Amino acid sequence: MTGSGSPVSVRDVDIRFGDFVAVRQANLDIGAGEFVCLLGPSGCGKSTLLNAIAGFVTPVDGEVTCGDTRVTGPDVSRGVVFQSAEALFPWLTVRQNVAFGPRMRGVGKAQRATAVDRYLAMVGLSHSADRFPAQLSGGMRQRAQLARVLANEPSVVLMDEPFGALDAQTRLVMQVELDRIWRETGATIVFVTHDIGEAILLADRIVTMTAGPSAGIKNIYPCDLPRPRDLTDPASAALFRQLREDIGAEVARTLRAQGLDDGHDGRATGDPAGRPAGAGTVEPSSPGVNGTRVADGDRRALR
Amino acid sequence: MSVDVRTVPEKLSRDKSAPTRRRGNWPRLTRVGLGVLSVLLGIAVWDLVSRNYTAFFLPSPMLTWQGAVELVRDGTLWDSVTASSTRILTGWALGVVIGVPVGLLMGCVPWLRLMLDPYIQFFRFVPPIAFVTLAIIWLGPGEASKVALIFYTTVFIVALNTLAGVLSVDELRLRAARALGANPVRTLASVVLPSTVPHVVTGARLAMGNSFLTIVSAEIVAAQSGLGSLIWTARNYAKTEWVFVGIIALGLLGYLFDWILRMVTSKTLRRYGVNF
Ligand SMILES: Nc1ncnc2c1ncn2[C@@H]1O[C@H](COP(=O)(O)OP(=O)(O)OP(=O)(O)O)[C@@H](O)[C@H]1O
Ligand SMILES: [Mg+2]
Repeated sequence: MTGSGSPVSVRDVDIRFGDFVAVRQANLDIGAGEFVCLLGPSGCGKSTLLNAIAGFVTPVDGEVTCGDTRVTGPDVSRGVVFQSAEALFPWLTVRQNVAFGPRMRGVGKAQRATAVDRYLAMVGLSHSADRFPAQLSGGMRQRAQLARVLANEPSVVLMDEPFGALDAQTRLVMQVELDRIWRETGATIVFVTHDIGEAILLADRIVTMTAGPSAGIKNIYPCDLPRPRDLTDPASAALFRQLREDIGAEVARTLRAQGLDDGHDGRATGDPAGRPAGAGTVEPSSPGVNGTRVADGDRRALR
Repeated sequence: MSVDVRTVPEKLSRDKSAPTRRRGNWPRLTRVGLGVLSVLLGIAVWDLVSRNYTAFFLPSPMLTWQGAVELVRDGTLWDSVTASSTRILTGWALGVVIGVPVGLLMGCVPWLRLMLDPYIQFFRFVPPIAFVTLAIIWLGPGEASKVALIFYTTVFIVALNTLAGVLSVDELRLRAARALGANPVRTLASVVLPSTVPHVVTGARLAMGNSFLTIVSAEIVAAQSGLGSLIWTARNYAKTEWVFVGIIALGLLGYLFDWILRMVTSKTLRRYGVNF
């Protein structure tokens, strides 16, 4: 039922909040049905860019298009899964939450019920359909959010650190599930994360951003490793290292911009298994110390 | 700290048994029992104190009880209670029914909020009692003036609470609703309104309390019926015990109304986050 994904293109986009330039001259082309991860240091503007694609914020310059249409505001064709499960309506049961979109679109009752059941089953929540969000675990709430978005059969699904608040084990399960669901629906997915491992597990392409203000697209890494992916295989580990250095440079830049002394904070905590990687721990300013730490990380990566 | 001597042994022994427990953890029977005990103690103190004064100055609990029986027998108490209750419930219900949409509108239409703001800031400080005279001049000494005063009390509190509710609706939920295809009107009905329910209920409860304040002043000034009128006319007969009966009836009635409101809302509106 879900049509295949739509291509998304971000052209010369500038986004401002008052005088603050959050994003400057961002360009990104995303293919139909592609899974793209946006990776970057905290505060660089990942959410801002995603919100521009969603239509929540309007660029002051440039344009975002989805399929053939220019994005001017939120639309059912672009579903959004938020980091916080607060986005669920707590006064509605899971089933009613999932039915919200179809109800707003005027889908008939019978058809609505079928769609809701289908997507509840897809995310594995059929047994909890009549519970309220407050009665669910964090992982289940994010499944409910995903089902609610999928019930509108969007051609693009935008996800802003959807698993950021989950524990490591649950996150791993959710990542595997999302990979399956993405293939089942064929939707285009733009997925924001600060977790390098997560990006490698999921993405067709990984987009890194420069640190803000005036953030932009820094590099685009194709990620065509065979799925399901294993972070411990050498190709993944190599990509992991590459990304860590890419983002680490940005984090170091941010820290310096904030006036923090980054010379002593050299612990490489980057963990290829995808735990909150201290992505920003590689400082070009102290190569000696840094080198040994990175090597340490490599050993673990290749373990 | 000085504590009334008679209550000391009782209280100390209980406190020792569970020094760190919070009130909510006490077994139900104990909580109710403590409440009843406290009321009985209060009546005992009242009785002891009243022995030192005349019945006109401070009637004893017994005399008050007899006064109550008198007033129940001749129907005055029941008539007063129903008269006051009818006014309160009518004015209050009207105030809630009008106050909620006004608050919602103010929350959703910024220019309307800005236009109404000066009036609200002004009338916030004018208590309903100040309008008793005007209400009588404009609406006559009948029911309308009292209902109008209670409406005035209620509509402000409910509208302002609803407004606060609208302004505190999680931006995330508004975004989610819009991305799921809800237009502004449907967002108002299916996201904003449900989110404000706890605020509305709080406003309605506060307004109920203020309605009691208002009704007594209105009835004291101009009414042939109602608890306020009962309290005021008792003076003419030098029946201080009727004043006590009126006061106790007011307190019990308010307690009852609030209890009903709490019961009903926490049963029916639980899913919206209302629980007392
Ligand atoms: N509504 C807003 N008003 C003003 N500034 C904002 C607003 N939203 C975001 N910003 C600023 O824009 C920059 C980018 O914020 P954004 O939330 O996009 O970062 P992010 O990459 O998603 O960070 P994180 O990984 O921590 O979520 C930040 O400097 C932030 O302070
Ligand atoms: Mg963000």
